[in-house]
Amino acid sequence: MLTIHNLRTSFRINGRFHRAVDGISLTIHRNEVLAIVGESGCGKSALALSIMGLHPPDQTAVEGSIGFLGRDLLQLSTSELNQIRGKQLAMIFQDPMTALHPLWKVGRQIEEPMKYHTTLSTKQRKQRTLELLKRVGIQKYEHVYQQYPHELSGGMRQRILIAMALACDPVLLVADEPTTALDVTVQAQILELMKELQQQSQTGILLITHDLGVVAEMADRVAVMYAGEIVELAPVNELFHQPRHPYTQSLFHSLPSSIEKRQKLHVIEGVVPAIENLERTGCRFAARIPWITEENHDAEPVLQEIAPGHFVRCSCYRHFYLSDGKEEKDASAAAT
Amino acid sequence: MLTFILKRTLLMIPQLLLLSILIFFLAKQMPGDAVSGAFMGKPNVSAEQMEKIREQHGLNDPWIVQYGRWIRDALHGDFGQSFVHKQPVTQLLAGRIENTIWLSVSTLVVTYSIAIPLGMIAGRWTRSWADQFIVTYNYISFATPVFVFALLMLYVFGFVLNWFPSGGSVDIRIAEETPEYVLDKLKHLVLPVLSGSLLLTYSTVQYLRNEMIDTKMKDFVKTARAKGVPENAVYRNHILRHSILPIAAFLGYEITGLIAGSVFIETIFSYPGLGRLFIDSIMTRDFTVVTALVLISGAAVIVGTMLSDIILRIADPRIRFG
Repeated sequence: MLTIHNLRTSFRINGRFHRAVDGISLTIHRNEVLAIVGESGCGKSALALSIMGLHPPDQTAVEGSIGFLGRDLLQLSTSELNQIRGKQLAMIFQDPMTALHPLWKVGRQIEEPMKYHTTLSTKQRKQRTLELLKRVGIQKYEHVYQQYPHELSGGMRQRILIAMALACDPVLLVADEPTTALDVTVQAQILELMKELQQQSQTGILLITHDLGVVAEMADRVAVMYAGEIVELAPVNELFHQPRHPYTQSLFHSLPSSIEKRQKLHVIEGVVPAIENLERTGCRFAARIPWITEENHDAEPVLQEIAPGHFVRCSCYRHFYLSDGKEEKDASAAAT
Repeated sequence: MLTFILKRTLLMIPQLLLLSILIFFLAKQMPGDAVSGAFMGKPNVSAEQMEKIREQHGLNDPWIVQYGRWIRDALHGDFGQSFVHKQPVTQLLAGRIENTIWLSVSTLVVTYSIAIPLGMIAGRWTRSWADQFIVTYNYISFATPVFVFALLMLYVFGFVLNWFPSGGSVDIRIAEETPEYVLDKLKHLVLPVLSGSLLLTYSTVQYLRNEMIDTKMKDFVKTARAKGVPENAVYRNHILRHSILPIAAFLGYEITGLIAGSVFIETIFSYPGLGRLFIDSIMTRDFTVVTALVLISGAAVIVGTMLSDIILRIADPRIRFG
């Protein structure tokens, strides 16, 4: 349904363009939930906004192709794109506190996409809006219809955003960290709601998150992103049971576990390099696992299929072991 | 909403009372008084005679008595006699107020009709040639003194080209309440209104431009685009609606500023409004007229602030005053 091929999104920083999304290829099938995980700054949100065509055109260059329902979204003009956005393709944003217009009543905001994409009359639009509010689990929907966003809680507002995204029955929903800004209890409710709605309406979801718990809860397949690239792509069960790429393994290791009690949490050394200073040759994760020697990395790492549907970038995973500080010191002592 | 307006109106009463006391005091503190002003340059009136007139008019009474008398009459719409014009102040003001309202309302309308489109263009197409042109115009209008610009307008359009009358508010030969009368009034307004509004646009343009540049970056604008809202509607419905708030808030103050601040324009175009009367009355120490005028402009400030509060509350549902 959605086929991304070699997508490159670059931002202009000090007059030069730097790629934040660097050659991503992905396919999302109908009725599938594909999760994209990775640290802050790895290009997840840039990817989501590229699909929606929401990057400011003068500051951003988006190349490659994004096939959606037989058309390449990147070749469409803004007005052509507007025929699709909000109709077949909808987005749920990260921060429900700022994503709603502060001066518009909730009802009007949910109705708006219907105004542009459907032939419903004013009365029918209101009718449908009330149904949507009911569907996203708002009990006092008639009352909420008349309220302003500032009168509602964060969880309620996220429900409103979901109702808005569902207004025209999209076939693909891009959800950019939909639960990050919410309380843990509310997070669970919203995830439950999204899952339920997805099963009812057969919508495909591209779920952007950095929360592996959310991934386990929601996703069918998972793509792990690092520094603008996909480093591992696998069905959710496979990824959770057999993570291969050193980055994925480190991520899982950084999770607090209730079964295995470690003294300290594993911390991945360093940070995601800023896109201006990113070394674009060789394995991009190499700098953060210095104890894996250079000959264990590929010179030009590509995604290789190591099991049906399971792709990993670079061969370094074969030689990877986790360092917990002490080993690393030993290794460096041995080297000197 | 109604209770709010009622509360806000009641709040005006103590404000107005304080204002009137203050004004009365300040006016009394001016050097000289109505009597010395009226007989200025007439040495044949002796000091004793002047003292007698003062006594007759109660100008020697304690201030509280004078204030009480003044406020009681003022509440009945009587601001006393003008010593200079020899007619009741109320009567003197009536025609002038009408002229000033004509002038200030049309200035306001013209200012906003110029400034809002300009601000929208500059805010939407930032750094385009149109934006640069508007910003340049803005700096020039901000830096130009109104008395220089108004004189220039008067010279070019009133004197050299002779397109518009150069003074007055209406041709006295035309009968009142005819269409020609209104037309002639408007014709007399063109130059003063343009001189005022072409220079007054800068604050509105600047506010709107900055506010739109700010709003463009907000998340809810991204939401609107993600909904497939056409670009023009994104600007017209989403961004403008949010960016207009500070301008709506200033509307009340703008009205005040125009009532009190058209002194230059009125003087240059010899337009018989309140501003010119104010200057003339200060010059001749026409005490009763000055106090009435200051009271009017002070009251205009208070009413303007209230208007601003009410407008802002209508425009922004997040605001709740006590």
